[in-house]
Amino acid sequence: MIPPFLFWTFALLLLVFGAAVVLNRNPIASALSLVISFIALSALFMSLDAFFIGIMQVLVYAGAVMVLFLFIIMLLDLRAEERRKINVVATTGGALVALAFFAQLYLVIGQLRIASQPFAPLPPKTDDVRNVGALLFSNFNLPFQIIGVLVLVATVGVIVLSKRELR
Amino acid sequence: MVTLGDYLVVSGLLFTIGFAGVMLRRNIIIIFMSLELMLNAANLSLVAFSRARLGPNGLPDYNAQVFVFFIITVAAAEVAVGLAIIVALYRARQTTHVEDISTLKF
Repeated sequence: MIPPFLFWTFALLLLVFGAAVVLNRNPIASALSLVISFIALSALFMSLDAFFIGIMQVLVYAGAVMVLFLFIIMLLDLRAEERRKINVVATTGGALVALAFFAQLYLVIGQLRIASQPFAPLPPKTDDVRNVGALLFSNFNLPFQIIGVLVLVATVGVIVLSKRELR
Repeated sequence: MVTLGDYLVVSGLLFTIGFAGVMLRRNIIIIFMSLELMLNAANLSLVAFSRARLGPNGLPDYNAQVFVFFIITVAAAEVAVGLAIIVALYRARQTTHVEDISTLKF
């Protein structure tokens, strides 16, 4: 298991840069904070012995998705937003709902018995890529094919949406 | 020792940050990034539960990791389509501010 010092370092990176995404006024700063947040999350995945998911996180999110975000921000030429009048009722309401959600979640986690036990060690040489792959191509073969169709539909949909005039 | 509870609290905090972003921000791109944060928080708790609940052979529950794989794929497709919609919207209205887009508002 990961030493507590490293866990809290990456958790702090994840949360601080996650908060920076929401708090930054400039969309480019938000997007770059999101990259750091995703990389810290990938480190947490690897600390849970999920190396395949960690690599996927870096490749797909920190790589592909964030390039897409930055490209769109560049294309639309978004600047830091000018200050507008803040809707006080909506802001307080949103913050209260978010805080209430976290308080409730914290109480539930506190009552969970499994949550306070340390992780049991894994057998040596656990090959998680092989195990995930075997499961993906046996039990989850149909969902895997459907995902392929979904990605194709998304590709066609994006091309149709990006056309200047629809015929 | 780091326990499952620590991972779940971090995941809950990340979800709360994303949720607050969706509720508080008015820039549609930032709202979209906050949605990604919420999806990732769900992924983190799934992987943490997968590691905590060892199967009979002492291995993690890989069903959860396959589920996370599917979530990442669907999220990538969602981002592509969503950003295309934002670009189309920007072409029509020259804004990414949600309060300027109120045609459907009752």
